[in-house]
Amino acid sequence: MTKQTLTFVLMDAPFESARTTTAFRLLHAALTRGCDVNVFAYEGAVALSFAKQAQHANAVHGRDATQEDHPLSKNWIAALMAHAREHGADLNWVNCGLCVDERGVGEAIDGVRRGSPADCWKMAQQSVATLVIPTK
Amino acid sequence: MKVLQIVETAYRATTEEQDDTVIWFAHAMRGASAELGVLLIGNAVNYVAADQDASGLTLGAWRQTQPPTPAQDLASLIRKDVSIYCVKEDLADRGLMEGKLLEGVVLMSRAQMPRLFAEYDQVWRW
Repeated sequence: MTKQTLTFVLMDAPFESARTTTAFRLLHAALTRGCDVNVFAYEGAVALSFAKQAQHANAVHGRDATQEDHPLSKNWIAALMAHAREHGADLNWVNCGLCVDERGVGEAIDGVRRGSPADCWKMAQQSVATLVIPTK
Repeated sequence: MKVLQIVETAYRATTEEQDDTVIWFAHAMRGASAELGVLLIGNAVNYVAADQDASGLTLGAWRQTQPPTPAQDLASLIRKDVSIYCVKEDLADRGLMEGKLLEGVVLMSRAQMPRLFAEYDQVWRW
């Protein structure tokens, strides 16, 4: 079977919306099936890969930072990149560069690169389908 | 490949971004030779109100010198051969049919939307 490529356009900032978790589950499912996956992170979504995200304690839960083990989207991305390699797939993650500059989140984790809507257009052209998951 | 961009959420951070981020995105992709159309539905139909004016915001000593101009940004897209469509019922619901609308926008009914979708290879709903 010919390998398929899917493109996802994400817009929500981390820690704001259940759409982010849903989007990551879709990425996981696509990679598990061996699909190559492009992600174009736009607006607040460029912070998903910000390297300085940090876990914290949670007094309400009565747990320290280690016990709380707070999810971080940068770790989800890294995990999905490893998941892709295990399944012979590629996860190509591109952040909108101007959106990064606006937010001062230029320090992204390894494997994430900077781009523009032109990159998004190329991704879409090379994909069998593109799903936009916008902020509402 | 032709892609139709559907915009429903209106004025999404337009003051901060100085434009609608999806309209801006369409401009940028058009610059990369993308073949696009834009369909405005719901509250986003307000973007075709020609006389809107978002200037004048001041916060303390800070003044916004470049307010968003969504109607002009759409007009610019039209000049770049991007078709702009707008749902008539949504304009009527908001009392906008009586006002001055941006020239060059294709007004269409909801019933015509499936036919429009069929003219495009992909539909991106923002």
